[in-house]
Amino acid sequence: MGQTLAQKIWDAHVVRSVDEHTDILYVDMQLLHEVNTPQAFDDLRAAGRTVRRPELNLGTEDHNTPTVAIDKTIQDPAGRRQTTLMRRNCEQFGIPLHRLGDSSQGIVHVIGPELGLSRPGTTVVCCDSHTTTLGAFGALAFGIGTAQVEHVLATQTLLAQRPGNMLVTITGRLNPGVTAKDLVLALIAQIGTGGGQGHIIEYQGEALRHLSMESRMTLCNMSVEAGSKAGLIAPDDVTFDYLAACPNMLTGADWDHEVAYWRTLCSDDDAVFDRHVTIDAGSVAPQVTWGTNPAQCVSLDGRVPSPADFHDAADRIAAERALAYMDLTPGTAMRDISVDTVFIGSCTNGRIEDLRSAAEVLRDRQVDTGVHLLIVPGSARVRAQAESEGLDEVFRRAGADFRPAAGCSLCAALNEDRLRPGQRAASTSNRNFEGRQGKGSRTHLVSPAVAAATAVAGHLAQPADL
Amino acid sequence: MNPFITHTGTGMPLRRSNIDTDQIIPARYVPYFSWHGHTNALFADWRDDPSFVLNLPQYQGATVLVSGADFGTGSSRESAVWALQRAGFAAVIAPRFGDIFSGNALMRGVVTATVPEDVVEFLWERIEQDPSTPITVDVQRLEVRCADITQPFALTPGARRRLLSGQDAVAETLKYADDIKAYERLRRPLLPVTHSRRPQ
Repeated sequence: MGQTLAQKIWDAHVVRSVDEHTDILYVDMQLLHEVNTPQAFDDLRAAGRTVRRPELNLGTEDHNTPTVAIDKTIQDPAGRRQTTLMRRNCEQFGIPLHRLGDSSQGIVHVIGPELGLSRPGTTVVCCDSHTTTLGAFGALAFGIGTAQVEHVLATQTLLAQRPGNMLVTITGRLNPGVTAKDLVLALIAQIGTGGGQGHIIEYQGEALRHLSMESRMTLCNMSVEAGSKAGLIAPDDVTFDYLAACPNMLTGADWDHEVAYWRTLCSDDDAVFDRHVTIDAGSVAPQVTWGTNPAQCVSLDGRVPSPADFHDAADRIAAERALAYMDLTPGTAMRDISVDTVFIGSCTNGRIEDLRSAAEVLRDRQVDTGVHLLIVPGSARVRAQAESEGLDEVFRRAGADFRPAAGCSLCAALNEDRLRPGQRAASTSNRNFEGRQGKGSRTHLVSPAVAAATAVAGHLAQPADL
Repeated sequence: MNPFITHTGTGMPLRRSNIDTDQIIPARYVPYFSWHGHTNALFADWRDDPSFVLNLPQYQGATVLVSGADFGTGSSRESAVWALQRAGFAAVIAPRFGDIFSGNALMRGVVTATVPEDVVEFLWERIEQDPSTPITVDVQRLEVRCADITQPFALTPGARRRLLSGQDAVAETLKYADDIKAYERLRRPLLPVTHSRRPQ
């Protein structure tokens, strides 16, 4: 019987089994940020342990960091303290750290790929659920908790149970104006927030081969919103071209050797998946969420649903609650929903392709006077690239607030970028949970193109509407 | 971590599903957990509503949270577990849990017992009728017991072993240091490193 790609990567990283369900799995790379790690280092010190392989770890500052300037002090004392601890911990244990202001700083899931640290066939973990982003490279990448961070620091391994395998086949091709964000939102609406639970989702299908690495990262990023352990895409020439351009990448015979190995990384034709779902990319329209979890989503052409539309009692109750929280009336056309804030950024849609997509819409247009358009680059490199292409000027002329410093910003709402109670945002981030963008905030998840068009129109819209 | 063999306490009915960790502990409280205690952060925003179950006098002192499906989805923040612990909860019972949350909880000694929806409904009805009804979460026998029902639940052997012994996973894995060394000798060359310094 053949093996899935996930099984192959898993098997190649098993140090040993400790019981019939649990393996000690070797971790090729651990990425760290300042929010979920201080306790791990404290516990490590308290137990008299050390970091086994500092050179297989990398830190960045992204959640608490201000975006208004690269040299600004963090106002919140707790956030400032976390950054101080991060610097001290990385210094003490010899782990490289990209601080705010450093040319390689940025959101952990954006800089990992930029620095070429997420390679096909490797295992990557990070103290953050959106680590699934890195599965776009054919790496087995997933989020872990703080106790597990200490485990990886001390042993460079994890104790892990082999997840199930789920195949998502994407048929057809995305239509113009429809993005990977729309595709993954439509998938989550189809299978639910628990649809991938306990499974690694492997994406297959012709449509994928036409997606850039940035788009593939968006798809894998939000795989966790369907409850899955990881998202995974077999590597191809698009992957290799991206990696070849990364700083300090292998060259010559070493590069050729790795590419030859990477080309072998795919699921066997007779591999058996525990679950299989098909989605037709050609039938996906731009998506927008109406509720408080990513599965509560309709197409932009649709209307706010009624709780009565849901057959399942739990879904019905959840819809009632979500509509009350979102202050929406069933039957309202999604395009009739006005917003006061638009956020373009995050590990889901804060890469250069996303900024280009927004700039295309904003060129020679003006942001609606009732809207604050906040654009935060996913990394310092993304910011620099955007400037070199003149996108900053496009944003400035349109009246957008393009921030000089990179970070999670209004996706995590841990720094100063927060919505006030009752504010409503169209956001390219990944979670529309209650209070996610600030206490009492209301979030509609959208693609960068829809976000930019919404900023111009003042209500939910796509570029073709303008 | 203290050993967890069996626990009996009163329950709190949380009649909601899709409870993401942003609800369990809103983001703005998360940084505080690194350096000092914050006892009142559990469900901080939902507690603004006086009728929210955590505010009801009859459930004060409850140690077993009984929730709808998909408890602990979303962010990996382990502070969601710490917030539950600081509010006195020893176990959460639900039909389905977020993967990372469940892993975090078991690592820190909070038991996540996955049971069918009808069992959750039974427990809700029982503790709503009589909040003093005891619920037992038994890790030794892998059972949830309440009134006349006994419901088995599953844990991986490792998670159960660590709960029963109170030993942390790092200590267990460090016993296999020779295996890790052997694996490292056979790792593929050319894998990425973040700096050139070798381990001590």
